[in-house]
Amino acid sequence: MIHMNMVTPPPDLAAIATLQSQLVSALRPILPQDALLWEPEDTIPYECDGLAAYRRMPLAVALPETEAQVAQILKICSEMAVPVVPRGSGTGLSGGAMPISQGLVLSLAKLKKILSIDPFTRTAVVQPGVRNLAISEAVAHLGLYYAPDPSSQIACSIGGNVNENSGGVHCLKYGLTLHNVLRVRAVLMNGEIVEFGSLAPDSPGLDLLAVLMGSEGMLAVVTEVTVKLIAKPKLARVIMASFDDIEKGGNAVAAIIAAGIIPAGLEMMDKATTRAVEEFVHAGYDLNAEAILLCESDGTPEEVAEEIERMTAVLEKAGASSIQISQNDAERLRFWSGRKNAFPAAGRLAPDYYCMDGTIPRRNIATLLKRIQGMEQKYGLTCLNVFHAGDGNMHPLILFNGADQEEWHRAEDFGTEILEACVELGGTITGEHGVGIEKINSMCVQFGEGEREMFWGVKSAFDPAKLLNPDKAIPTLNRCAEYGRMRITGGILPHPELERF
Amino acid sequence: MNGPLSTPPSTMQITVFREQILQAAKSHSTLSIEGGGTKSWFGNPNQFTKLDTRPYAGILEYQPEELVITACAGTPLKEIEAALAERNQILPFEPPHFGDTATFGGAIAAGLAGPGRISAGNLRDFILGARMMDGRGQDLSFGGKVMKNVAGYDVSRLIPGSLGTLALLLEASVKVLPKPEATATLRCQTSQAEALKYLNQWAGQPLPLAASCWTGNLHSDNAGELTIRLSGAIAAVDAAIALMRATLNATPLDPEDAQDFWTNLREQKSAFFESLESHHTLYRLALPAACDTLKIPDLCNETVLEWHGQQRWYKGAGDDATFANLKAIASAQGGHASRFRQGAAIDPSKQRFTLLTEQAHSKALETVQARLRAAFDPAGVFATNRLS
Repeated sequence: MIHMNMVTPPPDLAAIATLQSQLVSALRPILPQDALLWEPEDTIPYECDGLAAYRRMPLAVALPETEAQVAQILKICSEMAVPVVPRGSGTGLSGGAMPISQGLVLSLAKLKKILSIDPFTRTAVVQPGVRNLAISEAVAHLGLYYAPDPSSQIACSIGGNVNENSGGVHCLKYGLTLHNVLRVRAVLMNGEIVEFGSLAPDSPGLDLLAVLMGSEGMLAVVTEVTVKLIAKPKLARVIMASFDDIEKGGNAVAAIIAAGIIPAGLEMMDKATTRAVEEFVHAGYDLNAEAILLCESDGTPEEVAEEIERMTAVLEKAGASSIQISQNDAERLRFWSGRKNAFPAAGRLAPDYYCMDGTIPRRNIATLLKRIQGMEQKYGLTCLNVFHAGDGNMHPLILFNGADQEEWHRAEDFGTEILEACVELGGTITGEHGVGIEKINSMCVQFGEGEREMFWGVKSAFDPAKLLNPDKAIPTLNRCAEYGRMRITGGILPHPELERF
Repeated sequence: MNGPLSTPPSTMQITVFREQILQAAKSHSTLSIEGGGTKSWFGNPNQFTKLDTRPYAGILEYQPEELVITACAGTPLKEIEAALAERNQILPFEPPHFGDTATFGGAIAAGLAGPGRISAGNLRDFILGARMMDGRGQDLSFGGKVMKNVAGYDVSRLIPGSLGTLALLLEASVKVLPKPEATATLRCQTSQAEALKYLNQWAGQPLPLAASCWTGNLHSDNAGELTIRLSGAIAAVDAAIALMRATLNATPLDPEDAQDFWTNLREQKSAFFESLESHHTLYRLALPAACDTLKIPDLCNETVLEWHGQQRWYKGAGDDATFANLKAIASAQGGHASRFRQGAAIDPSKQRFTLLTEQAHSKALETVQARLRAAFDPAGVFATNRLS
């Protein structure tokens, strides 16, 4: 794995050691012995999150067991002006939980109780460390489930989901975390406990819950989440359609939506991905197809029959070269297995892969795929393309060998060019993985100075001293100026035609 | 229908807005942002100079297969809905117009939703991006035109419900949905308690329950009138009709009558809303799903419950004691109360909403909110106090 070369002055080790011992002595009285870690062998598992290429050791790691402890920790860090990086399960893919060298990592992993489940009001109250899938498992016997299903749902926590506004395969029909969370209890950096939203359909004042969603741990530390549960569909069936041309596949996606159908899931894989996953899962994919589309319908048996018929008609008209419809749930899961295993399959093809997360308007899917083909030539690297086609969220997987520093830089540049193409095509640099530390420079491309300044205004409204995860998501003015200098070659700004919004 | 639908609005107008805002900031005056003025009665009243959004109008982009419409704030709401209807799409949150001249921007700034809100979601759920001008005259864009976007804080979703007190909304991109394949409306006679019980049970089952309304006497256990709207796939709607007939002896309404009923409910044109007496206030309670029947003494007999009981309308005296009592009742249930409309004889300067400081766990958010306002509008150009 790659260690990032930090462009920072050499740290004053003695000063760091002093700060560490001050912090540890301040936190010790309020935490159980095993809930505070500072020896390097104990804190090393926290040096990175799911984006392992970016690592840094924190001063200490605190693992509180109660909301009161969270509040005390934040109050102490606030008084000592020690920055805090909140952390859920550490599955994030953008380095949002990467530690700060002179800061504390605040892990919410021990707050993992499901506090209540109410089938009548279709809600569950859970602590932030509860795993996403654990909620659906706990309410399955009631015929209910929690809809957002990010691919890491076995491991990722609901607190992390709130901070990333996570989506998943089914969010086209069932929405993102934002649409499925009613209330969040959280602690502000100064230690004050507050509630965002409510169980009622709306709340007094400005909609601060909306701005907390996806705020990457920078506004408040989540301590309790009330989620909406919905009725589990009685049946789901998936259509697997092959296309001999990637453009036809992309157009088929638009045609389904234009026909007034909102599929439960609508996913696409390119030929390179299909071949890689077939070798891995043996699902019987069409290896000659340029694109494979998976289109799911769920609901009552009558609804599904009606919808599958309409979807099939649209796909045939869009020029699908072959269409298979799952006949039972085992077959449905087999059709999905490749899509769900695209990441591990990529891992078999190369020592490392770099996962991008841009979103573009659906109509530009084919255009972007063609550009990525060109970039593969330019950077001399292979890219697998899997994506949530229904909502235009792309996950290009750039394959590279991390042991080769030069190849890693090429992969990074490749990724950056994809993100800039996404912005140019009317999209965004991140659909669901977050900006974190990874895409912070690309924020300079997507947003102008005024917007970035307003983001800092929002940040300061919650955390005036800028101590909560302050080096993530929102670049400083200086950082963007530096990045701008770096990207301008021969005095020409890349994509001068871009609107710098 | 691709690309711009109407003549693109003049960029000159943006300059005009900026000058108005900067002038107001300089002279320490306040601007009351207004579109068609159909909701000027909503929120705390003010006498400030109006900033008319209507010169900045037009649909900028609408591509049905993207499920997104982008339009200028001053665009008539009916123009937006007509463009969508032409392509068999809708605004699923059913924003109330409250008058012929309602604008897109006004609907968003008010943040109100109609009967479909309980199943489709709130207006803010559908906001994908916004272009706005802050109190320093800065032209800012947040969010975008795609469904999934987590780049930067979700600033565009602060605009719904802000009632023009944060920034001037210039343009917004809103997610739209296809019109459901089938829709049916059923009606039956049942008590409030029975209605709440069935609605919440059904909402937890895979049924195409789209909207509901119960009207009756809030003080008695007698039967009232329950109206239910189903929408979804043809087969799903048919199956649900059969279930509801069997359970509550509900009978289908003529589609045209049904359409009128839901439109009148959304627009508050039914007898209950139109008959507000001059010394009465129309109170709105927003409540959790668990909330049972509320028999509140001293209120008028008749009540209307929407959103499976999560939005309740009551009429009664407009004095502060009555409002305080309703706020306490709503708050104890985990919700909040507001003075939605007031009769002509009531002092218009009365505070309409529950304040953050009145809610146990949101007091500290009052400070956050004040700092946010200062970030958007340091000179207080939009500080009309309509919201608080």
